[in-house]
Amino acid sequence: MRGRLRAAAFSIALLLVWLLAREGARAAEIQEVRSPGGIAAWLVEERSLPIIAIRFAFEGGGAQEAMGKEGTAGLLAAMLDQGAGDLSGPEYLRQIEKLSVRLAFDSDRDTFFGNFETLTKNLGRATELLRLAITKPLLAPALIERTRAQLMARAGFEAGDNNKLANAQWMAQSFAGHTYARAISGTPETLKVITRDDLEDYRRRIMARAGLRVAAVGDIDATTLGKVLDEVFGALPADPQLIPVPDVQPKAVPKPTVVAVEGPQSVAIFGRRGIERSDPDYFPALVLSQLLGGGSSDARLVREVREKRGLTYWIYTLLYNFKHASMLIGGFASPNKDVATSLDLVRAEFKALAEQGPTQEEVDAAKSYLIGSFVLSLDSNAKIAEQMLRAQLQGLGPDFVKVRKAQLAKVMRADVARVARSLLSIEDLSVAVAGEPVNLDR
Amino acid sequence: MAALAIAGVGAAVARRTRFFVPLAAAVTLSALAPAHAEPQRRASEFWLDNGMQVVVVPDHRSPVVTHVVWYRVGGADNAPGQSGVAHFLEHLMFRSTKKLKSGELERIVSRLGGRDNAVTSHDATYYFQRLPSEHLKTAMVMEADRMRNLNLVEAEVATERDVVLQERRSVVDSKPLAILDELINANLYLNHPYRIPVLGWEHEMRKLNRASAIAFYKRYYAPNNAILVVAGDVTPDAVKKLAQDIYGPIKRQPGALREARPSEPPQRGVRRIELKDPRVSNLALQRYYMTPSYKSAEGNEAEALDTLSIILGDGPTSRLYRQMVEEKNIAANAGASFSAVALDGGTLTLYAVAGDGVKQEGLEQALDASIAQFVKDGPTEEELEQAKNAMIASYVYSADNQAGLAQRYGSNLVIGRSIADIEEWPNKVAEVTAADVKKVAAKYLVLSSSVTGYLIPQRGGDDAPSDTQPAEARR
Repeated sequence: MRGRLRAAAFSIALLLVWLLAREGARAAEIQEVRSPGGIAAWLVEERSLPIIAIRFAFEGGGAQEAMGKEGTAGLLAAMLDQGAGDLSGPEYLRQIEKLSVRLAFDSDRDTFFGNFETLTKNLGRATELLRLAITKPLLAPALIERTRAQLMARAGFEAGDNNKLANAQWMAQSFAGHTYARAISGTPETLKVITRDDLEDYRRRIMARAGLRVAAVGDIDATTLGKVLDEVFGALPADPQLIPVPDVQPKAVPKPTVVAVEGPQSVAIFGRRGIERSDPDYFPALVLSQLLGGGSSDARLVREVREKRGLTYWIYTLLYNFKHASMLIGGFASPNKDVATSLDLVRAEFKALAEQGPTQEEVDAAKSYLIGSFVLSLDSNAKIAEQMLRAQLQGLGPDFVKVRKAQLAKVMRADVARVARSLLSIEDLSVAVAGEPVNLDR
Repeated sequence: MAALAIAGVGAAVARRTRFFVPLAAAVTLSALAPAHAEPQRRASEFWLDNGMQVVVVPDHRSPVVTHVVWYRVGGADNAPGQSGVAHFLEHLMFRSTKKLKSGELERIVSRLGGRDNAVTSHDATYYFQRLPSEHLKTAMVMEADRMRNLNLVEAEVATERDVVLQERRSVVDSKPLAILDELINANLYLNHPYRIPVLGWEHEMRKLNRASAIAFYKRYYAPNNAILVVAGDVTPDAVKKLAQDIYGPIKRQPGALREARPSEPPQRGVRRIELKDPRVSNLALQRYYMTPSYKSAEGNEAEALDTLSIILGDGPTSRLYRQMVEEKNIAANAGASFSAVALDGGTLTLYAVAGDGVKQEGLEQALDASIAQFVKDGPTEEELEQAKNAMIASYVYSADNQAGLAQRYGSNLVIGRSIADIEEWPNKVAEVTAADVKKVAAKYLVLSSSVTGYLIPQRGGDDAPSDTQPAEARR
């Protein structure tokens, strides 16, 4: 139940995280910190709560997994807090709990993430636990087996989830032959064959100072943060050993493909080549995606498919950028008999926008939302840390909030119309459906 | 952590996919409860002359405000045969009013850089906007307008009925776990309307109409049945002035308060549900025990049950995980959760995902053995201290999230708890003893007032013919 919602919410969240801009009250307070040992981080001091949040990322992610070993990064992420240094798995977790530390690791296709929060009073001991997890995880064989079983069970649960299946199918067909086509969290088959050596090899290759980005927010000053950075990351090797990943564009697949799943609804994922974050037309494209399928009920697709016809509960589009590929992607869930109709409506709106462009009012509304709502993405320590980390991963400067606002403000209707002409051609719009769609031209 | 949360399919229903805030998660949120332990209150409250309660929760870290109106009515207050009407009305509240066109409220909020949504649970319905604080007044004016001025057009009603049917298909019918959750609740409550899903049963949802929605609206949507919660970069004085000007003129409605719901008879029998589904690949068990809620509990029973659920099932250091996963190697995962920010009763949920080759009987026996031991011996002092420590620390972390803060106050106030109840929660948790936990374990971990649900993989050629469908999942 929550899975679907979370999946859609995730897409929206990405949109908000990456794409909105407003000069938030606190963005100006970003300090660029460099530790005595030379590790860089962005810091926002926020003293009103006795909490420190540190988010960090290593370049790597699923793209660095060995072929046939998909799920390595996820398994490693789940293993890092299960014993390190002299502390067995249960003992490590007990210490984490005793100190009320929050520690989690995660991976997407390009990046391996760490998320660490501690109460100020426990910073010293918490830092030590984090250092151990990063540098001396035990990766105990028995715990690997147990965690593997859990991940396989989860993969099993997801095997019937049509949203996940449609997304996976879309990626597989669009990036055939490229690492991005691979199953991001692994399949039961690939999870089964990952060894402890694979985990250790992966960890050694990606965890290095050169690929590291750090964002910290909370009850801590620059000097103290510098010490924490050196303690946690100082002993890592200087450079990662990454497999080169070529740039790629999603292929156009002419007819919708279908993954058969029983159920009353089908999920359709549609998408095509998008636009790079560094492209001058990125911000017009952002406005375009917002007015086409952003969260609001006046977005074209929401209006046509949901508000006017009741054919779906959720529908969205967003710009989705990997390190080596850019996409404009969207999705919806409709009853099996109505999938074809909903898809026709999507295509019709693509076509109409490409041919006629948006109205001035649509452009104004989307810009106004994108600029104004950014402050909502900066109203907690955790969110600020997230934004700062994402900005660093995108190669932006600490003035990213200001720059984004200025770039969005400059977007004119003609810019959006121009981008719509190139970005919304329906000829290369690829579709993957999971469900039992009726009357779908495939 | 590779925790697989198969538990916690919620009773709440969100209108949009963005901002899904399940009220069942309010369990966790309440567990995250209140502000610091010092006697000074964080939130302040007052009442308007028309009976509307107003609560202000300052958070000046960012120029943002969260504006929420809670109505003391939800899915458990629907008339018989009209399941889903409270939630249906929630959707219709985004359609036309006398002043606003369909969807206009959302459009305006969006233009101001805000986001909005609404949620219906069994006990409450709430509408919120999060936006830059200078636009609070605009949000209030529109929310006040739709409290009494809804002007439903027949065609919009019919379309929105399709949308809620789509919602049901997306969030229930496509999710075997959600189907199981409905089945367990329908069997857990023998008489109380918590047995009926907030979304409604599909055959009754199909008959929902303008008249039933309007009748519900006219009766329950009134200032004397509402709570305004404003969290964020605001002062109580400024909110008071705005609220008096904007919500103050709305007339009090006699009869707006809901009736007491039918109550439960004694529960006398063990119930087991089996849901076979081809989309499921792992055998899983989910058991709900009927418990008191934070509102209905006597003494500190709710806090003790909350503590119990943490000890039993919060993560890999918990009892169930250690015993069922680590020691016996019978489950791939196991845990517990407690959902009790509710008017008439709470639910303690246990779950376990079977390990390779493990059958129903083996899984359930292992669970029962862990529970029996816990009921007999209670928690160790170390387990107790660790659980309380975690619960109290979590409130510090949770103060980081403004929307969560507003949710914590609203969800508790709407069931009749006070600001003092909310803000003294950490102190009450600190006072929970091992004897308290042992006592509630013996009193409420009783099989005859529980329902155990199984999710069973159904494969072709397996024990059931492959064309057997879970009837509940199909139209």
